[in-house]
Amino acid sequence: MKAKFKLKRSYFSFPYAVLAALFVILPLLITAFYAFTRDGGFSFMNFVKFFTTPNTLKVLAFSLGIAALVTLICLVLAYPLAMLLADSSVNKSAIMVMLFIMPMWINSLLRTYAIKNVFQLIGMNNAYVAVIIGLVYDFFPFMLLPLYSVLSNMDKSYIEAAKDLGSGSVHTFFKVRLPLSLPGIMSGVLMVFMPTVSTFAISEILGDTSTYMFGNIINDWFTASGGSGWNIGSAYSLILLALIGVTMLIANKVTGGKASATGGAQAGGGLL
Amino acid sequence: MKTKKYLGRAFIYLMLALIYLPILVLIVYSFTATKTIGGEWSGFTFSLYAQVFSDSEMMGAVGNSLIVALTSSLLATVIGTLAAVGIYYTRTKWYKMLLNVTSQVTMVNADIVTGVSFMMLFLVFGMIPKGYLTLIISHTMITVPYVIMNVMPRLSQLNPNLYEAGLDLGAGPVRTFLTVLLPQLIPSMISGFALAFTLSLDDFVVTKFVNGDVSTISTYLYNKIAKKGVMPELRALSTLIFVAILAVLVAVNVSSYRRRKKLAKL
Repeated sequence: MKAKFKLKRSYFSFPYAVLAALFVILPLLITAFYAFTRDGGFSFMNFVKFFTTPNTLKVLAFSLGIAALVTLICLVLAYPLAMLLADSSVNKSAIMVMLFIMPMWINSLLRTYAIKNVFQLIGMNNAYVAVIIGLVYDFFPFMLLPLYSVLSNMDKSYIEAAKDLGSGSVHTFFKVRLPLSLPGIMSGVLMVFMPTVSTFAISEILGDTSTYMFGNIINDWFTASGGSGWNIGSAYSLILLALIGVTMLIANKVTGGKASATGGAQAGGGLL
Repeated sequence: MKTKKYLGRAFIYLMLALIYLPILVLIVYSFTATKTIGGEWSGFTFSLYAQVFSDSEMMGAVGNSLIVALTSSLLATVIGTLAAVGIYYTRTKWYKMLLNVTSQVTMVNADIVTGVSFMMLFLVFGMIPKGYLTLIISHTMITVPYVIMNVMPRLSQLNPNLYEAGLDLGAGPVRTFLTVLLPQLIPSMISGFALAFTLSLDDFVVTKFVNGDVSTISTYLYNKIAKKGVMPELRALSTLIFVAILAVLVAVNVSSYRRRKKLAKL
């Protein structure tokens, strides 16, 4: 009897299984199909195109560089902030944390528009600086949340033990606190780094063609060009997916499987 | 030690100020009709707000966003909760892993890849014209994993004996699910729903590729801002949206804070 009822409960997943096959797996298969065909036949031309177009490679390298810089700035600003918020009395900081996270719930185009207006107000018109500040502004909460959640859940006795054993505060930070918070750091990095590479709206609104990110290139192949644009765009999408896969593998390797690419959203949902 | 504490405080407030400065600038300048921010203050007026409410294109986009977000997040909550229960109680290992990996893929995939793959799917199966239907399908599918992620941890905290007791006392599995399991899941379903709703409202990239000629707040803003046109009434629209979101968030957080305080007293 018991086994039969357990079985029934597992049936509840069937609607999602069917929908996921149709609307998650199938779209990816179609993308792969487009990526490996050209003019109706099987072809690697779309991938060849990627490696033989200097401009595309340049944009990808630029995007990775900008993403690394944006991630680093977010980390350097968010880590001490998360530490301060995690250390003060719980009640008060819970409201403080909420204040810091709130902008995350505001439409990102609206936030980009807001910051564009500030640049206008102070007469800042360097495209690179504008895009970098805009990206930091947009992705900052996604770095702060996983850091805050890992730091506030950290067992304080490790730090006290290190201090009791005569370790100075700098030494304690690098030998105890930082290693223990590594999963939070990697979650934050995952949530900022690749989304920055694949962005296209922020770089378009705040910058110009000189600040194109890899997302802009994919977007252009799908919107601006006819012909084999979709095939090339699909191949580039697969390359982007492969890059995401690689960064996740690295993050998992570094933290032993404890980093999550959705840590921020999870904590954000919990906050509501 | 004291100076360190003050330095920390100062850093917190500085960061808060930086984060809210752009929003405050927009709010302040939404009460004057000057063409661009930084231009001269041309007197206090509500005229930008009047323009927002009389602009049918703008109001239409707001309405569309709400329709799509509400429908898709309700669907996502139902499908996601059922999926979480199903996945949690499945004993077939490969099936369980397959569904977990699939929902992970949705969450880590770049929005732009999700967007273009949906666009091609809807074109290949040309029966589905781009519009409300494609928007609702895609928004539902990208938010279901977040509902699953919210409901799943709750399931592992439940007392499994309660479900068994329901069955032993003669209720069928469906009735036991509805009267025993479901009520215990409602708080996590609500936070899943809230997350799905905001993700749908916030989404621009996927929307852009499947919306056809239905404009949402995101696509409307993108079309106006990216074309570098000057539209002072956008400041009023932004202010209204900021205030609405802040009000909802404050209300939700205050009520959950009160609930926690009540629980703490017990």
